[in-house]
Amino acid sequence: MSLDTLPRASRNTHRRERPPGRRWRSRLDVKAMPYALVSPYFLLFAAFGLFPLAFTLYYSLYDYDLTGTTEWAGLGNYTALLGDDDFWRATVNTVAMFLIATVPQMFLALFLANALNKHMRFRLPIRMSVLLPLVTSVVAVAVVFTQLFARDWGLVNYLLGLFGVDNTNWRAERVPSWIAIATMVDWRWTGYNAIIFLAGMQTIPRDLYEAASIDGASRRRQFWQITLPMLRPTMIFVVLNSTIGGLTLFSEPMTFYNGNPDGGSQGQFQTVAMFVYKEAFREFDYGYASAAAWLLFLLILIGAAINFLFVRRIGGTR
Amino acid sequence: MTVWKPTVLTRVLLGLAIFVSAFPLYWMLVIASRTNADAVASPPKFLPGGNLGDNIVRVLTHPEAQFLLGLTNSFIVASIVTVSVILISTLAGFAFANLNFKGRNALLLLVLLTMAVPLQQMGVVPLYRLMVSLEWTNTLKAVILPYLLNGFGVFLMTQYTRQSVPMELVEAARVDGAATLRIWWNVVLPAVRPGMAVLGINTFMLMWNDYMWPLIVLNQENPTVQIAINGLNARFSTEYSLIFAGTALSIIPLVLVFVLFGRQIVGGLMEGAVKA
Repeated sequence: MSLDTLPRASRNTHRRERPPGRRWRSRLDVKAMPYALVSPYFLLFAAFGLFPLAFTLYYSLYDYDLTGTTEWAGLGNYTALLGDDDFWRATVNTVAMFLIATVPQMFLALFLANALNKHMRFRLPIRMSVLLPLVTSVVAVAVVFTQLFARDWGLVNYLLGLFGVDNTNWRAERVPSWIAIATMVDWRWTGYNAIIFLAGMQTIPRDLYEAASIDGASRRRQFWQITLPMLRPTMIFVVLNSTIGGLTLFSEPMTFYNGNPDGGSQGQFQTVAMFVYKEAFREFDYGYASAAAWLLFLLILIGAAINFLFVRRIGGTR
Repeated sequence: MTVWKPTVLTRVLLGLAIFVSAFPLYWMLVIASRTNADAVASPPKFLPGGNLGDNIVRVLTHPEAQFLLGLTNSFIVASIVTVSVILISTLAGFAFANLNFKGRNALLLLVLLTMAVPLQQMGVVPLYRLMVSLEWTNTLKAVILPYLLNGFGVFLMTQYTRQSVPMELVEAARVDGAATLRIWWNVVLPAVRPGMAVLGINTFMLMWNDYMWPLIVLNQENPTVQIAINGLNARFSTEYSLIFAGTALSIIPLVLVFVLFGRQIVGGLMEGAVKA
């Protein structure tokens, strides 16, 4: 993402003489107006971004109970969380679902983008159709997939049954529930990521490929040696986006259990975001929820850092 | 010149991808147009039935779901937020791309950093308590306010403006005596319209799909559409044909947007956002 456009040489323009009042006003316009233009964003961010973040930190240092009494807790909430099996289970669930969803998704999206990058008839409608899942509302996706993954009469079990596989109780067991939820996430986002990869692919100069063909590099080799390394900036964007989205997963697992934040009878698919929601709005333990929210943020930072380092290595042999 | 022709294998796999993309939507229509007994039948029924109209009427008249109100509310919320995000982002994007001022790069970096903070999950407790103390819970204000800004929008419009509005054009307008706001209105806005379209569609979809925050600040009496779908989900018996009819209704506006502006979504996502 480029921050590289430092002030482009501003030309010394010879202005026509203007009355002093107008000149003063136009100098003010040039000097102050830029700040006025960016200030709505920063003012709103202060109100609805900085303020909540700071207060989340503040709340996380207090103990709240149902009656609304507060008591200073210091880092008590954090240490309690680190010893809370439920929190750890939610963290493991979140990370596992994120991995199950994201890893295949990146490969699929890359492959799909590569296929969409070919010359063929009906190119635009084909490209648009892989974005179709994106227009479906999250809750609608989750509802449909919950039905598809139903135990006794779901289509997935029915199809697996044709191959002699016994019915899986997708909602009751841990790994199957992860797979079902990861499928929802992948169905919705793979095409979107493919289109973004495709955008990145189209900025790669064609003559690189031509030179490689002349040197006798196969198509597959060109993909690994040219496309992937040149795609790195796009990949950083996509991976970071998916990391933030994946680690804050909420709607799909919520809907998978009829809008209940427990994430299954044993919490088998409760995510950290659901844990925060449950502690805050069902247990009314604002302090505990806030501490969990900060740990979630920490998790995202760690995930982002790992991904960033990982992506930087892709094709890093150039 | 390399010929970029798809192989047979590529064609087959692309076909499969399109089928997988479309099937759940088709399935939604199948179940929405059947009775609940059909929805849980085995073997599954793969063709649409004749109950669609009936189910839709039941959704719209459902006593607990308030579906029509949910649709209206979502429309209001998504529209207001979309206009606000477009306005804020085009103004800031213009400043970051075309104007010189002290601290510009630092501020732009700050915008990028704010994009990484999942406010919706992070700040949920204080935001909720703020809405409670203002007595704004169960009003649309509470849903709208935290979303009026969007770091991604500012970033996108900065990139877009940088690509489509040459510096010379801005300076020429300035020499002609146009004030900054006038340049924004007359020169920049017409040039960045495709970018605005992408941002607008994106924001609208995001708001239409928002689930967690409305779930927290709204109740079933004044829902957005996603919360209304929740209301169709009866506690003891899940009636899929009814819920699916609701979900089918809930995506109509998005499908319309997609059909009308799909070309822009594909083109715009491909042009602006992610050039490094």
